Amino acid sequence: MKAGHKFLLGAALIVGSVGFLIGEGVKETGVYFLTPAELAAKTAADPTFVENVGFKVGAKVVPGSVRRDAAARTIDFKVSDGIKTYPVTYHGLVPDTFTDANDIEVVVEGRLGRDGVIRATDVLAKCGSRYEAVPKA
Amino acid sequence: MTLLGQFALWSAFLLGVWGAVIAFSGRWQDRPELAATVTRSVYAVFGCLVVASLALWKGLITHDFNIEYVAAYTSRNLPPYFVVSAFWAGQKGSLLFWAVVLSLFASLAQLLTPRRFSALMPYVAAVTSTVIVFFLSVMLFGSNPFERLPYTPADGRGLNPQLQNVGMVIHPPMLYLGYISITIPFAFAVAALLSRRLDAGWIQAIRKWTLVSWLFLSIGITLGMWWAYVELGWGGYWAWDPVENASFLPWLTMTAFLHSVMIQEKRGMLKRWNLGLIVGTFLLSIFGTFITRSGVIASVHSFTQSNVGYFFLAFLTVAAVLSFTLLYTRWPALQADVQLESMLSREAAFLFNNLLLVGIAFSVLWGTLFPILSEAVRGTKITVGPPFFDRVNVPLGLLLLALTGIGPLIAWRKASTANLRRQFVGPVASGVVALVALLAAGVRDGYAVMALALAAFVAGTVLQEFYRGVRARRRMHGESVPVALFRLIERNRRRYGGYIVHVGVLIYFVAFAGMAFKVQREATLKPGDSVELRSPFGHTYKFTHVGISQYEALNRVVSAATVQVEVDGHPAGLLTSEKRQHVDSFKRPTFEPSTEVGIRSGLREDLYLVFAGAVNGTEEAVYRFNINPLVWWVWFGGFVLAFGGIITMWPGGGPVVSRSRPAQSGYGVTLVGTGTESGAAAGAGTE
Repeated sequence: MKAGHKFLLGAALIVGSVGFLIGEGVKETGVYFLTPAELAAKTAADPTFVENVGFKVGAKVVPGSVRRDAAARTIDFKVSDGIKTYPVTYHGLVPDTFTDANDIEVVVEGRLGRDGVIRATDVLAKCGSRYEAVPKA
Repeated sequence: MTLLGQFALWSAFLLGVWGAVIAFSGRWQDRPELAATVTRSVYAVFGCLVVASLALWKGLITHDFNIEYVAAYTSRNLPPYFVVSAFWAGQKGSLLFWAVVLSLFASLAQLLTPRRFSALMPYVAAVTSTVIVFFLSVMLFGSNPFERLPYTPADGRGLNPQLQNVGMVIHPPMLYLGYISITIPFAFAVAALLSRRLDAGWIQAIRKWTLVSWLFLSIGITLGMWWAYVELGWGGYWAWDPVENASFLPWLTMTAFLHSVMIQEKRGMLKRWNLGLIVGTFLLSIFGTFITRSGVIASVHSFTQSNVGYFFLAFLTVAAVLSFTLLYTRWPALQADVQLESMLSREAAFLFNNLLLVGIAFSVLWGTLFPILSEAVRGTKITVGPPFFDRVNVPLGLLLLALTGIGPLIAWRKASTANLRRQFVGPVASGVVALVALLAAGVRDGYAVMALALAAFVAGTVLQEFYRGVRARRRMHGESVPVALFRLIERNRRRYGGYIVHVGVLIYFVAFAGMAFKVQREATLKPGDSVELRSPFGHTYKFTHVGISQYEALNRVVSAATVQVEVDGHPAGLLTSEKRQHVDSFKRPTFEPSTEVGIRSGLREDLYLVFAGAVNGTEEAVYRFNINPLVWWVWFGGFVLAFGGIITMWPGGGPVVSRSRPAQSGYGVTLVGTGTESGAAAGAGTE
């Protein structure tokens, strides 16, 4: 076998493994990224979704819904996209960006319980006004 | 001053358009005075942009809050160095920073490139001017740093507290310098294609530029890791966030290029591949800016999201179509001079190294874009996170680490069995010894064990190379060991500098492997309460909550929580983490509270303390404790890598930079595959 052919074989092996690792990685670790409305549609169409499938929900925190228990390190709040609203419970530390302001966007990762509450395993937050200019005087 | 700034931006814009049009027209080929005009337009654009930058700095330093940018990113109580660095803290200033640095590099390229490449230079100017004009049009039509407010606020909003960090003063400009300097090699590649001068000339002309760009990217990425570790407070330094990935992508393709270019210089192969890599690296650098600025992909680095992203998307598309079309039309002229002779050759090792680097880049790009791709194809957004990137890239990275050790041991063209045996015995032995030692010590994490054993193998390779080089010099010149070592590196900067870079890389891998053993715990503690953590190195740490104190500093109100640390029963001082509320000069809160992590860094492990808040205003504190092994080695690895990189590009280099045989200069490896030993001896003998 010529060196060129051997190399092509090796190259195909590498390209193949990269492709395999990517495909397998997406299958094993990919999670749905949904809005609350899409989550409602998913659970309506497929009841096994509840409790079994992990997902991320991107939505706004409902103002005034945040209940913190600092000592127990748990936080309860509601997320909404204006169409559907879901309660969330999370045990852990939320980032500094999760404040009590009115325009917090969050990405909640977790699963939906039978009681309709999202059990979060991770919460990311982004404050809408974060990098904007001074409020108008 | 804004009027002057605006005027300078418009002047630069018009001069840039004018220079680019003349240069692209190609008329200068018959009329030398036009070529000189093009060069002068490059310098003139730089002059205008310097004036514009000084105007913005003046506005920042004099607290002219009528300028929207100044009001948005500074305040009266901001420490002076952050006022100066606010130049690149926001999007508008970053654009100006990008434009002025690019025009500086464009001018340096015109000024410093040797005369033998003069036929390329107007085309180089054409490309650089076009890119500068693009940045200027983003500023003038989308995001103008000199925009004024209809009123003058009494004080500015101040700088985001997470950006009030020395690392942040230097991290973005370092990354920008890396991104920006990629434009110069790209310009040379396009110039070579346009002028049909497709020999190795353009590659020699850009060697220093590619190294500069790679070095700045490396430093910028490492500083970014440091900033994330110190400021973001989640306990690690790399999260596969889209913005981090965006900086990693061009680094990967540039690293691939630095290796594959040696094959083109020595063997006349991979001409198309190299052009493709440079074009790809440039496009990835623009893509990175698009990702960070458009907000199409959710990221913790929430920059201002604006239409500016779409300027970049449009530019990216146009640049990609034009460059690849150009490459396609010159395809037949880019035939390789020779064919690959053997799989057991350094060429083959480099080819696999390139495939792996590009494969890693592809998987990172794929994972970063996957939410968009899946939504477009399947209608549902699916995201992948750190587990995906680890799963794919850890095995590929380990394979790459193995090649880092193998490549330098194999001869060019075709290695003989005797050569292989002589070269591999030492390094493989050191890898095996490390493997046995790790297993005996009870380390059971598969990937970590492999990473550490392979690191020992690479270390063996590098040590053997240095040992044989020094021995050859001692034999030939009777030098003492330090003198021989110094001269060896000095006379073969590219080769031995490269080996030092490899040492930096293996140190990174060791440090990354350490993070597989990190320990984490959250706790709510009353004063006097304590928690215990057992570290991977077998120490028992006891943290006792001392209390929370509150005080006011220059531009913030601070709550500081302190723990007493004990190691294996012995007191080991205090560790403090803070919650800060930043305020303006009227004591009004500016940003949401931020956390200042308490870190005690050591060679073995870091103690990492996060104060998450007090319970209802009492002294009861919520903490997260991390023990992070080997983190210090990431920063040290970055230092070694940068040191090696500087050696490879140090100017001068003595007689090895020979004009008559430029293709072989700086290697000290003989062309015919007689093995590395003779190469080292030849290098050592270069006087």
